[in-house]
This record gives sequence, structure tokens and C-alpha cells, in this order.
Amino acid sequence: MIVEFGSYALILSFALSVFAMGMATWGRIRRNPVLAGAASAGLLASALAIVVAFGSLIFAYVTSDFSVANVALNSHTDKPLLYKVAGAWGNHEGSLLLWCLVMTAFGAVLGLSRGLPFGLKTSAVAVQGALSSLFLAFAAFTSNPFVRLDDIPVQGNSLNPLLQDPALAIHPPLLYAGYVGFSVCFSLAVAALIEKRVDPAWGRWVRPWALASWAFLTVGIALGSFWAYYELGWGGWWFWDPVENASFLPWLAGAALLHSAIVTERRGALAGWTVFLSILAYSFSMLGAFLVRSGVLTSVHAFAVDPERGMMLLAILGLAAGAALILFAIRAPAIRSMATFAPVSREGMLVLNNLFLTAAAATVLLGTLYPLLLEATTGATISVGPPYFNAVFTPLMAVACILLPAGPLLAWKRGDAKGAVQRLRLALVLAVAGAGLAFLLFDPKKALAASGVGLGLWLVFGAIAEVAERTKLARAPFAETLRRARNLPLGAWGMALAHAGVGIFILGAVVETTFKVESARALPIGGEISAGPWKVQLKDVKIIEGPNYLAEQGRLAVVDVAGQKRERETTSERRFFPAGGQTTTEVGLDFRGLDDVYVVMGERTATDAGEPAWVVRLYWNPWARLIFIGPALMALGGLVSLLDRRLRVGAGPGTRRRKEAKA
Amino acid sequence: MKRLFAASFMALLLAGTAMAEPAAGPDVALADPVAESRARDLFVDIRCVVCQHESIADSPAAIAADMRALVREQIRDGKTDAEIRQDLVRRYGDYVLFTPPFRWGTLILWLGPLLLVVGSGLVFWGRSRRQKTATAPLDSREEAALAEWISPEPSAESDKQDI
Repeated sequence: MIVEFGSYALILSFALSVFAMGMATWGRIRRNPVLAGAASAGLLASALAIVVAFGSLIFAYVTSDFSVANVALNSHTDKPLLYKVAGAWGNHEGSLLLWCLVMTAFGAVLGLSRGLPFGLKTSAVAVQGALSSLFLAFAAFTSNPFVRLDDIPVQGNSLNPLLQDPALAIHPPLLYAGYVGFSVCFSLAVAALIEKRVDPAWGRWVRPWALASWAFLTVGIALGSFWAYYELGWGGWWFWDPVENASFLPWLAGAALLHSAIVTERRGALAGWTVFLSILAYSFSMLGAFLVRSGVLTSVHAFAVDPERGMMLLAILGLAAGAALILFAIRAPAIRSMATFAPVSREGMLVLNNLFLTAAAATVLLGTLYPLLLEATTGATISVGPPYFNAVFTPLMAVACILLPAGPLLAWKRGDAKGAVQRLRLALVLAVAGAGLAFLLFDPKKALAASGVGLGLWLVFGAIAEVAERTKLARAPFAETLRRARNLPLGAWGMALAHAGVGIFILGAVVETTFKVESARALPIGGEISAGPWKVQLKDVKIIEGPNYLAEQGRLAVVDVAGQKRERETTSERRFFPAGGQTTTEVGLDFRGLDDVYVVMGERTATDAGEPAWVVRLYWNPWARLIFIGPALMALGGLVSLLDRRLRVGAGPGTRRRKEAKA
Repeated sequence: MKRLFAASFMALLLAGTAMAEPAAGPDVALADPVAESRARDLFVDIRCVVCQHESIADSPAAIAADMRALVREQIRDGKTDAEIRQDLVRRYGDYVLFTPPFRWGTLILWLGPLLLVVGSGLVFWGRSRRQKTATAPLDSREEAALAEWISPEPSAESDKQDI
């Protein structure tokens, strides 16, 4: 009964989105606020209906209602409650419903927002309604999760054990909040084109949405990466896999967008470009959905692959992105940039930032789609993997990062390059010194990796230099610095945090990739293996019984070779899930400072003497922690910026700012 | 000379254990650390032919282990990296390498991003040069008029300037 209710709610939500789209369009043409209000209410009601549908699906999962095809295919009575709930979105239909939930929720917030001019808001509501309608129709008519089975199985197929992890509960919702959040930027951009109004105020309206979506996406991707790192069991965290690339594309476009929106907001320049990026970011999100769900690409993450649905998604993508881009092509020439600026200026640097981020996105797009296109046109099959991205993507980003710290130190309109370099002198000296130290201290000596360390430090010290400059640190009395730090807008703190986060990520990524040490051996009980400065001893192995699996659990003692640090214990498991007949490994992770000691216990074998032994692989991943702390800082920076009162829609130039301007 | 002897003896010993080792066991590294690091660098670039976008360095599949053993064997036979790659491409096609080949068909793939940066950089530079000439400096009469307008008090606009 509840399941039918959910199915009904899903279709109702679709109808309400169509209603919102129609009312908004009509209201906009007639300039009727009542109709426009009805449209906003329609978006809100559509969101509420999806909440009901989503709740029904979770209910079906929690109660293990195997008369529902989706539940029978993806759940099992023995599954722990957390995975019954989270399992609801661990498959194509459920995750699409989650996508729709996030999408209509953002639509509802857009509908409820105040301060937007009538025309822009109503048009945006119409576009958002249209986007929701497309995805809701797709969910309701081709991927309905509420379809019943005629023959009800006694037991379900259970969820892929690789997905049975707490991360399943938070990673997809965060990722989708990012992907789908860009839909509002898309709607605002199309609305601006319809209204022929792209001005600084529009830049201010679009920026919070871009910032929030980008921050969500950052956390979502980082979490997914960390999940792959500890779940797949070979210590990698980024594989330049097509599905990863699909999530990285909107991230790059979003990063470019939130920078160009600053220029549009503050200086009225780059307006057309910001509109284009707003369209691009969500188009990339839709492209990602298509790539992941259609099965045109092979990937370690691909799930729920179905070519027919792929075609539907391609049609949605073509329709939405195509219409928006055609509208852009027609209206863009009319968008006039209001401000001019010298190449060496804050704007100039932000243009460069956009140039590199867009080129980086183009690289990822090319690398992901080129094998497909080449095979379709010439029949030749090639693979594009990490070596390609290391050769093309990394240098682009490296140049962008070298330029980055100078940006915030240049004035708007016309900057003083010499002055900026002077203010960064100390940061530069420290970064070069750090690179030199890294070259001397790390073994083996690698010049490229040492430069990478220097680059990371350059960004971190550059961010500190920027804050120091604005607070007159060490150049004014401490009380003055403190007062200035208090008065520094949150946007400035957020920017410094995010830029430092990029640097910290680079430090981790460079050191981990270059200096990690791996070793593997078959160990009997009491046997030892070492990698880098760490040594692991297999203490014992026992059979344990989990809620829905049996496991061989190895207890391993981690201690440093020199024997100076405290010994700690970790466990690694080999789990067997009888429901699906699959085996997974649970990695043993010992966090040591910034380093990870990463142990995987594999299959059982025997030593030469015939003793039982287990293949143990040990990785020393130096500075691995920074790889995940960096993105966390970036997202935190985004959040802090978001709290800046200047970004709150409707907040005029505040009294605090006026005081500051006079000071 | 003595050390060399010891090393080759070790290699023999390791080869011996390799035979005793069941197939599921860990790989046997090459005795020479330089050769082994060469092998590992190659593994990252070689695609496991049955897996989904995994290199043989990462893949737990049996065929990946076979391919690793093959690469190590060829290194032991004294083949260069280029020869080993060629041999793999001959067996499995371009598909087997994660580094796409550089030829006419992949020109856009390799050079597209760079062209994009340079091209749009030039467009931007050209435009900002044109802008500079468009905003010619004020002549003395305009200068005087401007001074008159702004002299009585700082305009309210300056409040909106960013700090």
C-alpha cells in the first residue's frame, strides 16, 4: 500500500513540476505575481511529494518488501539497518530518485527565495520546473523504483558488498547535492538570457548557489575517493577512471564559475562567460549521469548499466544543454561587458584562472570521451589513463597554481605586479627552501616531487601572506592586526582557506604518489613484513561472524622498524558474503601522524614448510592524510565564504563595510 | 665480484620459491631493485585486459599477475621499456597501454588543451590591447571638467569600492 502511495507521489511530483513550469511561463508572460506564486508553490509541493516517495522507498527497504522489484534486487533481510536505508540509493532507480529529491529541494529553495526581481525569478522557476520535469519523467516512466513483482521471492539478492560501507550513507547525497545544485545556476543563467539581464546583481545571485554546490561536490568527491582508497584495497585514491572524471568535470566547471562570478559581481565584467559556465557546470553534471548510467564507458565504479536508459539520459542532456546553449549563442553577443581592465589586475588573474580551469576541464573531457569517439569514427581502440593526465592535466594545473597566490594581492582594474611579487617574497623564499629540504630529506631524491612540495608550500604560504598583508601582520601594532583580522570579510578568510587547501592537497598527493612503499609476502602467524619505516607482524587470524558475512580477521601489530614509536594494533578482514557469494577485503589502516600504514590481508596459502600463511600486503603511504584534509579545507573555505553577509541576497553594502572603506 | 655472486644466488633462490608459491601468492620481485622499479613504472601504464579501467599494477586479477610476470621476464631478458611496450601493443593492440599513442588520430587529444590555453590566451591578450587603445587618456579640457565634477566632495561611489 505504502509502495503504491510512493509511486503515486512520484507521478504527482512530476505533475507538480510540470504545473510549476507552466504557471511560471504563463505568469511571466502575463506579468502576473499570483501565477508566479503558484509556480513557486508548485516547486515546493513537488519537493514534498518526492520526500513522500523517497520515504516510501526507504520504508520498503527497511521492511524488506521483496514484492518490490528494486528491493528484491538490491536488499536482503540480513543486511544491517544502515545498509537497508542507504541501500535504497545504491542502485540506478533509487539513486535517480535521490537525484530528483535533491533537484526539487533546490527548486523549492529557489521558489522560496526573496529578493530576486520578478522576471528573473519567474523565468528561473520555469526553467527549474522544466529540468525537474525531465528528470522526474525519466524516473517515473523508465526507472520507477516502485514496480512490483508477480512472483515474490522469499529472499532478496542483496547489495553489492563493496557498497556496504557507512560511506554509502553520506557520499551519494553529498555528491548529488553538488551535481544538482548547479541546476539552479543553470536555471538562473537561462533566465538571465531570457530576461536579457546579466549584471553585477545577477552575479551576486548566482554565486552562493555555485559556491554551495561546489563545496558539496568537493566533499562528495573527496569522500568517494577516500572510500575507494580504503575499500578497493590497493591503496589508490584516484585512478582517472571515467566515472571519477565524470564527477570531476562539473567540479572544474564549478570552480571556474565561482571565480568568474566574482568578476561579474564586483566589476560587471565576464558576464557572458559566467553565464556560459553556469550552463556548462550543470550540463557536465548531466553528462556525468549519462556516462555513469548508460554503460558507454567501463569503469570500476559503474553501476546499473542500461543502454536504453542511457539513450533517454542522452536525450535529456541534449534537450536541456542544447536548448540552453542555443539560447546562449543567440543572446550572448548582446551581453556587454561593462568594465575594462588591464591584463595585470585581479580580473586578469581571474581570467587566467578560468582559462586554466577550462582547459583542465577540456583535458578531462577529451581524455574521457576520446576513446569512445575514436572507436566510433575509426574503429581504433585506445586507452586514456593516468600517464596521459599526468602529462597534460598536471602541467596546466601546475602553471595555474604558480600564478594563484598573486591573484588576491593584485588590485582590481589595474594591478601592481612588482608590488605583488614583493609581498610574496617571503612566501617564495619559504617555498623554495621547503622544496630544497624535500629534495635533500626524501629518499629517493626526486627533483620533480621536490618541486611539487615547493608548489604546495607556495600555495599555503601564499594564502598566509595574503591574510598577513590584509591584516598588516608584523607591520602594524598587534592590536591593529587583530582589529583588521576581525574586520576581514569572511569571503577573504574563505578564499585563503580554500587556496591553502589546494596547497595541502598538492603536498599530500605529490608525496604519497612519489614515495609510497609497497611490499607483499605470505606470512605465517608471527611472520613479519616491512615497508618504509614500518613493520607489521601477523599476530593471529580468527574466523568471525558479521551480521551478513563470515570473515577471516587478521590481527596485525604495527610498529616502526627503529622501534621508537608505540606499537599499535589494527585488523584486516577478508569477508565472505553468502547472499551474493562475493568476497571483499577490509583494509587495516593505522593513522600515524600524516602517514597511513595500510595493511591488506589476502588469501590463505601455505609456507614452504606447510604452515598456514596469509598473503599480507603492506603499504606505507606518506602524507596520505593531507590528500583528504586539503579538499576538506577547500570545502570549509567555500562554506565560510558562503556565510559572508555580502553574499546574502538582499544584503546591501553593510555598515561594517562602509566603516572599513573609510578606515 | 663476490657481491655479484651473492646477488645471482639470491635471484636463483627467489626463482625457486616462485615455483613453490601457489598462483594466488604475491608477486616475486626482480632481484635488482633498479630493474624492479622499472617494472613497477611499466605496470602503471599497462592495462589489465579483462578489467575495467585498472592497470596491472592495481588489479588483483590472475591475468594481471601473468602480465606482470611477463613484463618482469622481459626485463630480465634485457629488453628495453620501448621494446616491452611494442611487444604488448603487438599482442593486445594500442588498448593495452594507458598512454594513448601519438599519431594523427590522437593529435587533438594530446595538443587540444594546450592549443585552447594558448589560443584563448592570445584572444584575451589581443582584446585587452584593443581596450587599452580604446580608452585614450583624457585631454586637458576633459581633465578640467572632471576635476570640477569631483572636487566638492568625494563621491558616494567611492564607498562602493572594494577594499
